[in-house]
Amino acid sequence: MQSSFPILTLVTFTPLVGAAIVLLLPRERLNLIRWFALAVSLVTFGLSLVMLGMFDPSNPDLQLVERVTWIQVGSWTIDYHLGVDGLSVLLVLLTTLLVPISILSTWTAVEERVKDFMAFFLLLAMGMLGVFLALDLFLFYVFWEFTLVPMYFLIGIWGGTRRMYAAIKFFLYTMAGSILMLLAIIWLGLQAGTFSLPELIARGSIPAAMQFWLFLAFAAAFAIKVPMWPLHSWLPDAHVEAPTAGSVILAGVLLKMGTYGFVRFNLPLFPQASLQLAPWIGALAVIGILYGAAVSYAQRDVKKLVAYSSVSHLGFVMLGLFALNPQGIAGGILQMVNHGISTGALFLLVGMIYERRHTREMDAFGGLWKVMPIYGALTLIVALSSMGLPGLNGFVGEFTILLGAFGSQALGSPWFAGLAALGVILAAVYILFMFEKLFLGPLDKDENKRLADINWREIAVLVPLVILIFWIGLYPSPFFGLMESSVDKLAATFAATAVAVR
Amino acid sequence: MAPGELAAILPAALLAAWACALLIVDLFVPVGRRGITAGLTAVAIVMAMAALGLQAGGQTALPGSMVVADGTGAFFQIILLLGGLFGVALAFDYIRRTDIERGEYYILLLFSLSGMLLLAIASDLVMVFLGLELLSIPLYVLAGFALPKADSEEAALKYFLLGAFSSSFIVFGIALTYGATGTTQLYAVAQQALTGQANLPLLVVGAFMVLVSLAFKVAVVPFHMWTPDVYQGAPTSVVAFMAVGSKVAGFAVLLRVLTAAFPAVSPYWSQVAVWISAVTMIWGNVAAVGQANLKRMLAYSAIAHAGYVFMAVSAAAVPGLTSQAYSAALFYLLAYSLTSLGAWGVVVAVERSQGGGTDVEDFAGLGSRRPLLAAAMTVFMLSLTGVPPTFGFVAKFVLFQTALEADLVGLALIGVLTTLVSAYYYLRVVVNMYMRTGLPEVRAERWLNLTIGAMAIAVIVLGLLPQPMLQVAYRAGLASFAP
Repeated sequence: MQSSFPILTLVTFTPLVGAAIVLLLPRERLNLIRWFALAVSLVTFGLSLVMLGMFDPSNPDLQLVERVTWIQVGSWTIDYHLGVDGLSVLLVLLTTLLVPISILSTWTAVEERVKDFMAFFLLLAMGMLGVFLALDLFLFYVFWEFTLVPMYFLIGIWGGTRRMYAAIKFFLYTMAGSILMLLAIIWLGLQAGTFSLPELIARGSIPAAMQFWLFLAFAAAFAIKVPMWPLHSWLPDAHVEAPTAGSVILAGVLLKMGTYGFVRFNLPLFPQASLQLAPWIGALAVIGILYGAAVSYAQRDVKKLVAYSSVSHLGFVMLGLFALNPQGIAGGILQMVNHGISTGALFLLVGMIYERRHTREMDAFGGLWKVMPIYGALTLIVALSSMGLPGLNGFVGEFTILLGAFGSQALGSPWFAGLAALGVILAAVYILFMFEKLFLGPLDKDENKRLADINWREIAVLVPLVILIFWIGLYPSPFFGLMESSVDKLAATFAATAVAVR
Repeated sequence: MAPGELAAILPAALLAAWACALLIVDLFVPVGRRGITAGLTAVAIVMAMAALGLQAGGQTALPGSMVVADGTGAFFQIILLLGGLFGVALAFDYIRRTDIERGEYYILLLFSLSGMLLLAIASDLVMVFLGLELLSIPLYVLAGFALPKADSEEAALKYFLLGAFSSSFIVFGIALTYGATGTTQLYAVAQQALTGQANLPLLVVGAFMVLVSLAFKVAVVPFHMWTPDVYQGAPTSVVAFMAVGSKVAGFAVLLRVLTAAFPAVSPYWSQVAVWISAVTMIWGNVAAVGQANLKRMLAYSAIAHAGYVFMAVSAAAVPGLTSQAYSAALFYLLAYSLTSLGAWGVVVAVERSQGGGTDVEDFAGLGSRRPLLAAAMTVFMLSLTGVPPTFGFVAKFVLFQTALEADLVGLALIGVLTTLVSAYYYLRVVVNMYMRTGLPEVRAERWLNLTIGAMAIAVIVLGLLPQPMLQVAYRAGLASFAP
């Protein structure tokens, strides 16, 4: 199924071309660089919409496939192999949407070395898109590992006071997992003589004992990225120190690379190991949900609170995926998108107030609603979406996940869903607590009395996200429709495997 | 002398003869115009490359000869000649501004290079010894070239004493091997042992002696003690040449001797190689973490990389995997050489003429002061770590693949975990360049910039499009001459 028009290549490498041109622009023309980077990211977004137009949701297989032999030595081949299906299409769109939004958010936040910033940012976009589209394990690993480099610089150069520590910690932590995955990738490639994911899945026949170890090696890379409890400790540092746009992309997209990795690689490649380990992963996910929520509540720094809430939210995603039934997986994928939108928006909101006050301590605020009503209203919507209020996007994802987890045979117990539901309540506690500290109560700090409400650019940054929050919340079926057939196909393999095992 | 034999040693002989002639020519080169000597040296190296190109491809058995003409030998020689050429380019400005410019620098470099080339094609233990000495003695002198700087003298003395010590090991090893088999010809040694006509215990001890001596040359734990001191004390341009040439030539001969002469005792040496590899990867990387001086850090990094290549040496003992191990080692050494030449080039650029400027902290602020140079250094550091899309990543990939195929899972695991450790200290350089502020004094010179730029581009391009080079290394590995 070769597609004649290389739309996926265009989507992936437009940012790279943009980054190369940005490097040629004169360093002093800050606005030119900004507008150009924004234009490139919007073109990428446009191209991804073209991709969506060419995408056939009723087809469960990989589509728009592009495949060229890249390296061929001796008995093994590596292909340049891209493709998209229901599992990845939403994440590609999420990425191409969040990149221009993040770039627009840096207009006044990034004043130094704008050129380098934009170049790294576009490179990062290329890496992330490559991760979601690559179908060759080698190619995937190249993109996967490459995303570390620009993110490392984004945190390390434009980050907060402890940026060097955070940048190195981010790099080493993530690399620790991925090099184990590298060994597993090489092992798979040696056995099959190919690194092509569809061919490896079609071959199957990996002995159960080996599946277990390979699953763990892949999971090491992905679980750190997600991050799953107890591998999350890099996340608060990276988030707090990263510049706002970096946090948005980190939470919005980079973490999804981990959960996506589980869906794309662990589940179909190692179905037996997935079934076997599902309760364990489920348990870690539930611990993550509760732990993340509890720790969020204890934070006094708004950005840290949002960072820890990611641990909790991503726990839901993992729980859904390892329910290994259609509702759970579909809910997990939708929740990845939801988290990208809601948490991305929360980080943007935190960034806006930080630009004005240069602090993120909750105690420094209070009564902001009186001076910044538009900001307050938008924050309220996003906060409610993050805690899963019915009618907004978070509810749809979490509800579907809980539904899937409740009836999951793989998890084997309704307690997983029951305890996870507790996490929804805790989310309401810490998010409303934050909202109250920031916006309600008396306006008693002098510095806060003269704060300007958000401007048109900042509203423009948030509006697309708010629209999506309502859209997914009120009418989610187009989103489910995009992934349905692929998810059903994936879930069917588990039904078959479960029968075979028993 | 057979014509094939002549063709095989032509590059090495050409360099040696040219060096002799240059000794005289240099007398007539006016002081201050040493560029002429440098230019003539570069011409000789380019001619040696051409002579290498003239050789017919494929493997040629040269019966009764002390050399072979095969694919691996040719590949190793290309790496060595590239190292020599860029070694000259790095030295040209450096020795001038550090006030150690003498024509003999280039001549010694040529002599050493011809010794390295001999090692790449040697098929007789006597030739191995000859090549080793021809490689080492000029390097002892070069290490002390910055006389009367105490560091440089110390480096030369240390290198010389330990080098002479290790030479005695190989002489003893050769003697024992001869005693056990009655021959020094590598393939004849193997033949004697495989047909059961050799005194095996004697041969095992002989093989170990040879292994120890060569392990010293390629600087693996526990024979690495000299490396940090010599790398730190010797003139940086010498180190750049030595780090590439000495290591590549050492591995060329190590692989050849172990697989060609001692296959009969491979269970013994392969076990030792596994341990050497593991210990070297661990200690090289761990010790590098604590280094504040970049030259010292790169010395430990060079040790660690020798440990990675030793993975291929261990895999070469597995029957049926020898040629693949060869190509993995060739490919890795090429990646290492290009990257490390570039990295040492940056060190040369940042080093101050009156000494100093080689601490990691001296790189602070390089990112804003010399963005291109800092970007190149970042590429080198990522390539040494093995992060895609650099050449170093593909090389590590191929190496780990070979290790897994040889069932050396534990070794591969140690390899990836120590890679993680190495990421820490390589990134420290990047952190200093971009995330701290400072005002480094940076030298900009045509040949220096050319070298660094060429290496950076090569590292990226070969990382993205490794196919042709992988194919060449693969064929070279297949074409390694076996009896």
